[in-house]
Amino acid sequence: MRVFPIWKSTVTPRLRASAVRFLPVLFLALLAGCAGEFPQSTIDPRTDFADIIHSLYVSVFWWTMLILAVVWVALTVTLIRFRAKPGDGKPKQIRGHMGLEIGWTVGPALIVVAIAIPTIQAVFATQRPISEDALVVEVTGHRFWWEFHYPEQGVTTANELWLPVDRAVTLRLGASDVIHSFWVPMLGGKRDLNPTLAVREGEEPKYNYLYFTPRETGLYMGQCAEFCGESHAFMAMRVNVVSDAEFDAWTAGWLESRGAAIPAAPAREGGATEEAVQEAEEAGVTLQAAAPTSAVDLDPLAVQGRDIFLNQATCGACHAIQGTAAQGRLAPDLTQFGLRTSLASGILENTPENLAAWIIDPWRFKPGANMPGTQYAMDSRIVSGNPFAWPATGLDDEQVRAVSAYLLSLK
Amino acid sequence: MSTATIEHAPAGHGAHTEPTGLWSWITTVDHKRIAIMYFLAATFFFFVGGVEALLIRIQLWNPEQAVFSAELYNQLFTMHGTTMVFLVAMPMAVAFFNYIVPLQIGARDVAFPRLNALSFWIFLFGGIYINLGWFIGAAPHASWVGYATLTSNAYSPGLNTDFWFIGLSIIGIASIAGGVNFITTIVNMRAPGMKMMRMPLFTWMTFVTSFLLITAIPVIAVALIFLGFDRTFGSVFFDPSMGGDPVLWQHLFWIFGHPEVYILILPSFGVISDIIPTFSKKPLFGYPIVVYAGILIGFIGWGVWSHHMFTTGLGPIADSFFVAATMIIAIPTGVKIFNWIATMWGGTIRFTTAMLFCIGLLAVFTVGGLSGIMHAAAPITLQQHDSYFVVAHFHYVIVGGAMMGLWAGLYYWFPKVTGRLLNETLGKWHFWTTMVGFNLTFFPMHFSGLYGMPRRIYTYSADLNVDLFNQLATIGAFIFGISALIMVWNLWHSARKGEKAGANPWEAATLEWSIPSPPHHYNFPELPVVRSREPLWNDGEREEVLAVTMLEPETEPVMPVPSYWPILLALSITVAWALVMTGIWWVIVLGILPVFFCTLMWAFEPAFPEGH
Repeated sequence: MRVFPIWKSTVTPRLRASAVRFLPVLFLALLAGCAGEFPQSTIDPRTDFADIIHSLYVSVFWWTMLILAVVWVALTVTLIRFRAKPGDGKPKQIRGHMGLEIGWTVGPALIVVAIAIPTIQAVFATQRPISEDALVVEVTGHRFWWEFHYPEQGVTTANELWLPVDRAVTLRLGASDVIHSFWVPMLGGKRDLNPTLAVREGEEPKYNYLYFTPRETGLYMGQCAEFCGESHAFMAMRVNVVSDAEFDAWTAGWLESRGAAIPAAPAREGGATEEAVQEAEEAGVTLQAAAPTSAVDLDPLAVQGRDIFLNQATCGACHAIQGTAAQGRLAPDLTQFGLRTSLASGILENTPENLAAWIIDPWRFKPGANMPGTQYAMDSRIVSGNPFAWPATGLDDEQVRAVSAYLLSLK
Repeated sequence: MSTATIEHAPAGHGAHTEPTGLWSWITTVDHKRIAIMYFLAATFFFFVGGVEALLIRIQLWNPEQAVFSAELYNQLFTMHGTTMVFLVAMPMAVAFFNYIVPLQIGARDVAFPRLNALSFWIFLFGGIYINLGWFIGAAPHASWVGYATLTSNAYSPGLNTDFWFIGLSIIGIASIAGGVNFITTIVNMRAPGMKMMRMPLFTWMTFVTSFLLITAIPVIAVALIFLGFDRTFGSVFFDPSMGGDPVLWQHLFWIFGHPEVYILILPSFGVISDIIPTFSKKPLFGYPIVVYAGILIGFIGWGVWSHHMFTTGLGPIADSFFVAATMIIAIPTGVKIFNWIATMWGGTIRFTTAMLFCIGLLAVFTVGGLSGIMHAAAPITLQQHDSYFVVAHFHYVIVGGAMMGLWAGLYYWFPKVTGRLLNETLGKWHFWTTMVGFNLTFFPMHFSGLYGMPRRIYTYSADLNVDLFNQLATIGAFIFGISALIMVWNLWHSARKGEKAGANPWEAATLEWSIPSPPHHYNFPELPVVRSREPLWNDGEREEVLAVTMLEPETEPVMPVPSYWPILLALSITVAWALVMTGIWWVIVLGILPVFFCTLMWAFEPAFPEGH
């Protein structure tokens, strides 16, 4: 029996138990004799979208409790009152009663209508864009990680989604391989990511969308909710809801890593910005002359790690790090990796030890992942759906430590 | 083929008693023996699926625990779902159809006895086949719903998914043949005076279920054949890169899958509609309403499939339609529950084990029905879909509904089958351990789901704080497992040493209780004339019926002869399908030849003894 080393989030939002609408939750929690913090709670909404779902849930919950009470009470009374007793004769042979039949058809029908009306209102309310000014993020599900691309900012990241608080968000959902499902319960309901990347030329990919406005800063936990294969359970993610200023600083930092001078708050019509960055990159950045960050300058181990990453292990065939020659698109973008709280899509705390262990043996944590280890090639076991094989990196422990230091220095 | 002949077979020719021995069971075409074999096979698979469930629960005992590999876990939950639906709940219901329906309508057998045998053998071979993957470490692993593109060669290389789609295709043949057989039997072979609206509710629900079988199973057959072509011959039905659509699979699967839910639950509704009146000593309250509600559920069941797809992204208009349809189907279901309670109201209720399971069904199925209403509200489903809340829901419906009803039927009809009563003390132990184990297993799953635990995950983060719920569920699962052992012990013990039952131990009203227990292989020496819904409860009619049904004829009615062609044809069909795995066209074509041969031999074999 093996226990996974660490799988802890740094922030676990508290369960709030104030308003009346949390009564059912409390009721259920008491029933189970349990209390605590639930970072993936579906009944602790933190966005407008999650609020709509939750208030509908609460009203339906009470309706069902009412029906359950009626059925159970009727059943119990009947069983007690009409249990066979000695000396009972043959009971009266009643075959039915039209009035009762109509009653228990119409009664439930009215309840159903009472539930259906707000339900259908909520169906429409949750499936339209909140604002034209919404921040758009293109989410792509891969086995077994998440890609987040901000077309407006020209930023691409993986597994940790950054969102500004109080700004409407539109997530455009697609997948590269199989169906995944985006689910961060405190931010709202889930929506499937249907395979879109591979659609035939000339066909419109069938994207899905999620619309919500986060109203509280914090770190939210989520995970893939549609079974997607061997490591489905290990396809988690985190959403970092931050202030506007922090968000702008984060995108600016990402763009700066490309070695281009970027204003602190990128303009909303960011297409031009991205092009500018692209040009700057093509002109100035080459394999060996990657724009060094200050951290790399200071730490010789990280400098060594960068060289291994780019030249020896050629991690850049799959991974991208802005400002370097590593521009692979098959695996998570590792720009600003040092800012991440987790690695391997939310299943490990981002520490040097975990990172080293991951680089040495990714399959220990995520069987079926499309990544070679130090001792085994990507195709040494059956990696289904993988377009090509990649040899074992062959790094020794010291080299792994150097690569870890380099990646963690990317901030 | 043989319909008219059985009904009018003259008593007085070809007297013989039913042979015994293994060969007589292999070649039997007697609906009662086929029913017993169905029951035993389904019980065997129930233990297979149950062990898979316990292994799942062991793996989920602690967070971040790795008792098995993720791959093995995925195989376990895939096969648990596939087994319980296709190899346990369905064939268990079919066992009851087979044994009880001909007896309830006053027939000597089903309409097509050899086809009936074929159904059983195909089911058995298909069930074995789909499990063969275990022996080479390649059991199906893409979940029981097998969503594209996870089942494609790219994401499911190896034989795992081949075992799944071929096994299910084979089993589907058995279901379609069974559906045809029971519709024909019920329409054509009722005893004189057994009008449709006099049929016992179990026969009625078998009738509705059979229509669902012959209409729903072909849909999954089509989906599986598409998948087979994609995997074997490189077609692209579900491949988006070539213009296919993975969502097509979801539609096809759930157009089958939702009627399938009613295929599982309606037989149980029929069972308890017969048992509750017996143990309340009152006729069923609102008989026509209960019948119509069942038919209505069968119809509306066709219009709700996309409530399994609220997260797929079909748009608000489609979602709203399926919200409305799904909520409407709650109404006839509720009507049935109220009618059952009204049947008990004013009666004298005897708490036999059979009755306890009926009451248990009413109590816990309602919980599953109500969480179903939550899921009918599409936005709520966006949170609860594919979480443990849904796992709790459908186990409350399928175990708390379908299986509870079948266990009720087991205690009710076991004396008819064996001539001996099941032990009531053991029965009550079975019932109470089931209730405790079942609720302890599945009720906490509501909480783990509400707190964000997705289903089909190999392990979960300790942060989710759902260990308590998972540990309760694991304890419950083992108690539930013990209840199944008690049941099997009771069956084994009572079949040999149980109290003698007599023809009608429960003082029930319907025709199956008018003949000896166990019945003669020809069931009815002469066909009784029925004048009401409760022939054995009406003075005068009872005596008339019993005068005919308890007759010991000097010479027995002529029955169809045993045949080994059903088992050979079933075997050749299984082999032909299995050869699809090779992907070589001429091997596949050659594999079909024995199927033709067996069909021909079957066709030219006389169904009845020479001279009839």
